[in-house]
Amino acid sequence: MLGVESAAATQAGVVIGAVLVEALLLYVGYGALERVAGPWLTRRLEGR
Amino acid sequence: MELFGVAVSLLGTFAGFGLLVGLLFGFFGMGGSFLVTPALLVMGYETDVAVASGLAFVFGTSVIATLKHRDLGQVDYKLGLSMIVGTTAGIEVGKIGLHWLQRIGLANAVVNVSYVGLLGGIGAFVTYRALGDGGGGFGPDEDADAPGDRELPPVAQKIQSYQVPPMLELRGGVVVSLWMVLFVAFATGLLSGFLGVGGGFIRMPALFYLVGVPVPVAVGTDLFEIVFSGGIGSFLYALDGAVDLTIVVPLLSGSALGARLGAAATSVVEEDDIQVYFGVMLLLGAVAVAIRQIGSVVDAPVLDTVALVVIVGAALLVSGAIVVSSVRELRTDERTDATRTAD
Repeated sequence: MLGVESAAATQAGVVIGAVLVEALLLYVGYGALERVAGPWLTRRLEGR
Repeated sequence: MELFGVAVSLLGTFAGFGLLVGLLFGFFGMGGSFLVTPALLVMGYETDVAVASGLAFVFGTSVIATLKHRDLGQVDYKLGLSMIVGTTAGIEVGKIGLHWLQRIGLANAVVNVSYVGLLGGIGAFVTYRALGDGGGGFGPDEDADAPGDRELPPVAQKIQSYQVPPMLELRGGVVVSLWMVLFVAFATGLLSGFLGVGGGFIRMPALFYLVGVPVPVAVGTDLFEIVFSGGIGSFLYALDGAVDLTIVVPLLSGSALGARLGAAATSVVEEDDIQVYFGVMLLLGAVAVAIRQIGSVVDAPVLDTVALVVIVGAALLVSGAIVVSSVRELRTDERTDATRTAD
């Protein structure tokens, strides 16, 4: 019984961990993109 | 064509929808499950999968949006942690009230009417305040740490006047009793637990109108709290295996970009405009929820789709307004800078 609950908790932890890792990777990835393309995009939006 | 067993067109739809939701979530600190769960239900997913995947998506997006707001200095951790304590206690008491209503058979009616009334009421109040009297907003371009000569909402002034130690010094130059923060958090948690909703739409205005922190800090701190509530909630659903990663992963890939853009827009768009958009979003949300409730009462599933069209239409309208408003502010700032340089 305890083993089943423990397995479910581990599986739930893996799923939520995967969401957290994806979120952090996307944050870093889009952050890098923002640093590269952000100034250019801001200038375009400002009409310069 | 398929990727990981899912049609590429569906993945693209999820990513696009995620971008839209992320923009609103990063900008307002609310609206994630509000938009995603009904959409998944209409697409034919089981209720537990729709709720669980919506919650896991909200968790991931709140992590990204909180990090972005942190970069902008718009997260108050002291306030956030105090709010978590008060909110958790409030939710537990709210749930007791809900269970009591379930026992006497009035839960559905009371909760549905309260939910629509609260969404519409807060939406109307926020819109009225922002349009009616200059909003009591703090003006654009305000430094989150600089109190300046800003005008506090009247209830926040009253709450800040109670000097019961220990006192908390918050971002925006706000000094308020910890007990008052816990009281506000408890009250918002009570409503959240009673209605069975995340509560971002209650907490964000409460932080601004009752505690008195600037709107961007209210949004950032609310998102910080959602990281914990969303994380715990989605973990509990994941225990039953209800979180579907083929939904969450593509949604998050779009919302990650949207949340960054939404969070960045809070430091560009005027506070009064933020409040107007927030109010309009809630008002249209109230209409959509009311349509859905009527649909369930008269057993007309087509009204679920009508409600979804209203809420997605509102999301498109408001996110479009945010983008236009941000570009307009950027151009105004640029012209002002150019004029100063010329002088």
